[in-house]
Amino acid sequence: MSTVLRFMRGQGVLVALLLLILFGAWRYDNFLGSFNILSFLRYNSMFAFIAFGMCFVIMTGGIDLSVGSTAAMSSVIAAYLSPHGLLPSLMAGAGAGLAVGMLNGILLTRLNILPFIVTLASMLAASGTGLLIAGNKSIGVSYESGFTEIGQGDIFGFPIPAWIVVFVFLFGSITLNFLPFGRNVLAIGGGEDAARLMGLPVDRVKFTVYSLSGLMAGLAGVQLAAQFGAGQPTEGVGWELFAIASVVVGGTLLSGGVGSVGASLSGVLLLGLVFNILNFENGMGLVSLRAHWQSILRGAFLLIVVIVQSRLALRARQRMQSS
Amino acid sequence: MAALNKSADAFEFKLPSVSWFSRYGNIVALVILILFNLLFTPNFATWQTLNINLTQVSTILIVAIGMTVVIGSGGIDLSVGSLMAIAGAIAPLIFLNNIVQLPNIYVGVALAFTIPVLLAGLFGLFNGWLITRYKVQPIVATLILFIAGRGIAQSFTDSNQVIFTTPEFQFIGLGRLFGIPVQVIIMCVIVATAVWSVGRTIFGKHLLAVGGNEAAARLAGIQVDRIKRRVYFISGICSGIAGLIVIARNSAADSNLVGLGVELDAIAAVAVGGTLLTGGRANVLGTLMGALIIQLVRFTLLANGVPDAAALVVKAGLIVLAVWLQRRVSA
Repeated sequence: MSTVLRFMRGQGVLVALLLLILFGAWRYDNFLGSFNILSFLRYNSMFAFIAFGMCFVIMTGGIDLSVGSTAAMSSVIAAYLSPHGLLPSLMAGAGAGLAVGMLNGILLTRLNILPFIVTLASMLAASGTGLLIAGNKSIGVSYESGFTEIGQGDIFGFPIPAWIVVFVFLFGSITLNFLPFGRNVLAIGGGEDAARLMGLPVDRVKFTVYSLSGLMAGLAGVQLAAQFGAGQPTEGVGWELFAIASVVVGGTLLSGGVGSVGASLSGVLLLGLVFNILNFENGMGLVSLRAHWQSILRGAFLLIVVIVQSRLALRARQRMQSS
Repeated sequence: MAALNKSADAFEFKLPSVSWFSRYGNIVALVILILFNLLFTPNFATWQTLNINLTQVSTILIVAIGMTVVIGSGGIDLSVGSLMAIAGAIAPLIFLNNIVQLPNIYVGVALAFTIPVLLAGLFGLFNGWLITRYKVQPIVATLILFIAGRGIAQSFTDSNQVIFTTPEFQFIGLGRLFGIPVQVIIMCVIVATAVWSVGRTIFGKHLLAVGGNEAAARLAGIQVDRIKRRVYFISGICSGIAGLIVIARNSAADSNLVGLGVELDAIAAVAVGGTLLTGGRANVLGTLMGALIIQLVRFTLLANGVPDAAALVVKAGLIVLAVWLQRRVSA
């Protein structure tokens, strides 16, 4: 039963995504043009990274509020080092994110404080550090060193950030479904005490998961700097909640123990597409939907998904009881 | 039977001592901060410094009181900032006669105080409805209005900032009674009401029972769903009041900024104040202490020339330290 439920959860968001794409293709010229698709994928790669890390964190039953400001901090660090070339700035940006994630993991497991509080604190700390390094202003990147290539470049006509997303999600999907680590993640989310009693390395898995989330936030920060040509210490506000929303839309339960990496990616694309379609609608000139409609529509999507999920879960429980 | 009674006594004896200690720790921290400022911060012991700190903390604290009640019931409310923006966006429309022409400014101001706050309360009730009717987790249910609420607020004003000069309305943000800012008085009234209703009423007892063990509370005949809906309603009302104070203070309603990030400030105040995020306890005076400590730390750093960004890092350390110490105490 639970596999059927999981299937429906995963496919529901995919169906919604396809319907939205069909609607866009039917209504707007150039919606399926390569320019729109490629720039859409390029821009949303940042959110895909963050949602990927968040997905794993949520599957363990935790939460990571620090990802948005970690991305902002990493973008500043990457921009600072961009004159030295791609590799140093990429390493430093991603490394800074990883450091925040590891700090979260250590505080969580050693001091035994709730993830919500720990990552709320590291969110403030990362935001403050980013602002201190940048001196309260954005830091322009160097265009000569080839740093921006990682955000703006293409390989085989496909954006580099989108390639990275594809690899990361393939890797994540394999890890979750076929490797012991993935099973440990779900076991911890399903019941931490039980997982501990079974002898699973709970603390080590949690540490790894939060480190991964930090690393992904770091990568998103590098993308932010590379795509927009500046390290922006005040960006990233609310990204963590957007990522959580994407993961939830993808059918991953916030209580942990259930989840799908691919469905989270669909969730990111779905919420991103709302923005994209709004832009096209405005471009038609018939109505002018201001930017705030974006958030209302995203909220409405989340509402529908949440109610449908609750109905499905209820029905599954009833069927299980009757059989 | 005797053993049972004995363990029950031990339980009752233990609880107040823990809460005494965490309250005591916060008072020590506050006293140290004040002593430090008296020694090192110029012009600290003035009426003006006191007023500045109290007005800066008032809106966060009002929201944090609602949050304390929500967290005490085992939930959380991320939508508070958006509800502040909604209340703040509607109020000027009412007293500037943009919706209907009102006979005089006093009717307008009276309506502008009540309707937005009630509306924020209704949105809170919507959160509660999602949580009780569809069994949605509080963090997800309130995330919906966190995302959509600001958009709803902007749709009232068509994304524009509304600027006004209406002294009759703005006295809640700028006025004073007996030299005390009106917003501080409102804050004190709300704190006192919360202390009373959590500690002295049946609602308070039921609230903590729901937060402590929902299944047990249900079996004990407590109307869990009604308590929960009421809790989110209260949080909405508090957010609405805070939203009105912010726009009155700024002489402008900017839905992009009103209440931005306040949910995390409020949760931080609650956590530093010693209310566990797992529910079952609601230490209102602790939240007052937590908010004052966070505010005073920030003031101390800024007054001594430390940049705001560094103050954020210190605040982060403070939150972790406070929660860690409390865990050690209760363990």
